[in-house]
Amino acid sequence: MTERPAQPDPMLVVNNLCVAFPDRNGGWVDAVRNVSFTLGRERLGIVGESGSGKSQTGRAIMGLTAPGGRVSATELAFNGVDLLRCGTQERRALRGGRMAMVLQDPKFSLNPVMTIGAQIVETLRAHQEVSASVARNRTLQALEAVQIDDAQRVYKLYPHEVSGGMGQRAMIAMMLIADPDLLIADEPTSALDVTVQLQVLSILDTLVAQRGMGLIFVSHDLRLVSTFCDRILVMYAGRVIEELHSGDLASARHPYTQGLLNCLPQLGQSRHPLPTLNRQPQWAV
Amino acid sequence: MNTRPTTDHTNADTSDRAVGLRIAQLRVEYGDFVAVDNTSFVVQPGESFGIVGESGSGKSTVLRAICGLTPSVSGTVELIGATDRTLPAPGSKPFRRLVQMVFQDPYGSLHPRHTVDSILAEPLAIHGLGDDQQRIERALDEVGLGSGYRFRYPHQLSGGQRQRIALARALILEPQILLLDEPTSALDASVQAEVLNLLEDLRERRKLTFIMVSHDLAVVTHLCQQLMVMQSGKTMEMLSHTDLAAFRAENAYTQKLMEASAGFRRAAPVSSR
Repeated sequence: MTERPAQPDPMLVVNNLCVAFPDRNGGWVDAVRNVSFTLGRERLGIVGESGSGKSQTGRAIMGLTAPGGRVSATELAFNGVDLLRCGTQERRALRGGRMAMVLQDPKFSLNPVMTIGAQIVETLRAHQEVSASVARNRTLQALEAVQIDDAQRVYKLYPHEVSGGMGQRAMIAMMLIADPDLLIADEPTSALDVTVQLQVLSILDTLVAQRGMGLIFVSHDLRLVSTFCDRILVMYAGRVIEELHSGDLASARHPYTQGLLNCLPQLGQSRHPLPTLNRQPQWAV
Repeated sequence: MNTRPTTDHTNADTSDRAVGLRIAQLRVEYGDFVAVDNTSFVVQPGESFGIVGESGSGKSTVLRAICGLTPSVSGTVELIGATDRTLPAPGSKPFRRLVQMVFQDPYGSLHPRHTVDSILAEPLAIHGLGDDQQRIERALDEVGLGSGYRFRYPHQLSGGQRQRIALARALILEPQILLLDEPTSALDASVQAEVLNLLEDLRERRKLTFIMVSHDLAVVTHLCQQLMVMQSGKTMEMLSHTDLAAFRAENAYTQKLMEASAGFRRAAPVSSR
């Protein structure tokens, strides 16, 4: 791997990113269309509904676009490394080492036949040359860092033996063990109970702040993202339709963003019927 | 498919009379594990009742026990309604027709190799109801999908559309009580609003009684007048939705749930209306 230049600013540059998949008739379906943004050491939220291209944006940055998909961009650079032109080897070293991704559901994203400890150790040793005992100690520390009280016990458990919240914390520990610069979290709390959700978020929040990482937080919950991130990109039909600072949610101009905000039921408010989104065809243009 | 001409004997006397439910000392065990312990509540006819709790608190098990999907149950479940008619006993076929369930995950609850048409025809065949054609078309209309969706497979539908089909499957038997097990938690926020509005609208039109399970306090409060909070199989607290709207709760878990939704509210804009 080449020497990394001393932290260029910004860390991640995405310019006109497009992701397309072949359809049945020999044409292409555009999942992501001309998405551009830059990311420094901050928390960026990407919000949109199913099919808006938010997850595909994250996957394209990680280099995890499904086979057959076509990724193009005028610029896609991470810490000065051109992600479009770098080879598989280099990409592989980056992935998990310098940039990591937390997936939605720990039930499906952890290896069911390996203990949690062994999986985290594997991740660490894939990226750093450390002895088995050091790896074990670092893993236990990582589990403690995500507020797992009895790290010794959880280390030996299989994924099916832990709860969803515990599994997701183990997943976060695994992603952070190699000390990445960029963390992409794809709906990390959607599969969890509301109260556990907040716990996991606060753990993620402190870790990101302590280590000065960049975070891309992908979610469909605009309200949640707005309390958590510094900046929000709202996506619709593969495009970024609005960029907001999380404090300015009230001044959202796009009718889609306003619709997303309004359609959630809220405690202490009775609105019957709930306002729904009136999708306009021109939003998708 | 059922083509027998059958008389629709129950239609006349159920269509305009709401039915409620009384649960007393319900207890469900799986081996040594007590999933639901000593739970009692009453849902008046036409009322909506919410059950809130974390994963594993037994809230879904209560619903499953009501419609007879759990093996070892003690306690009583009975329908309540106008005194001048006899209501079917739990487990009987007429009871199952009156009490229908909608499941959480529309990706898992519809048969992937059956078309919408055969999914909707099956309950009609089981209960021996006639004129499938009209009933299926009416059910699709009622959930806001036209007959254009009738011959599609579930994989050709979006999540919200699938949940509408699951609702249509329950409604096609003209039930009086709907058991809703997290009906919107697998859906996008924008689609959730549509499904919640549809549920409210149907409740209004059909005088339905709802029992709804969710871990989202705001959703439950939106739809239900009464609320039960469960934790590890036990009833923690009973609340009315005015209590909740005023943030009055004594139980620690309920308060935590409220904080969770207040956390989302912190950065929310001032009410949009």
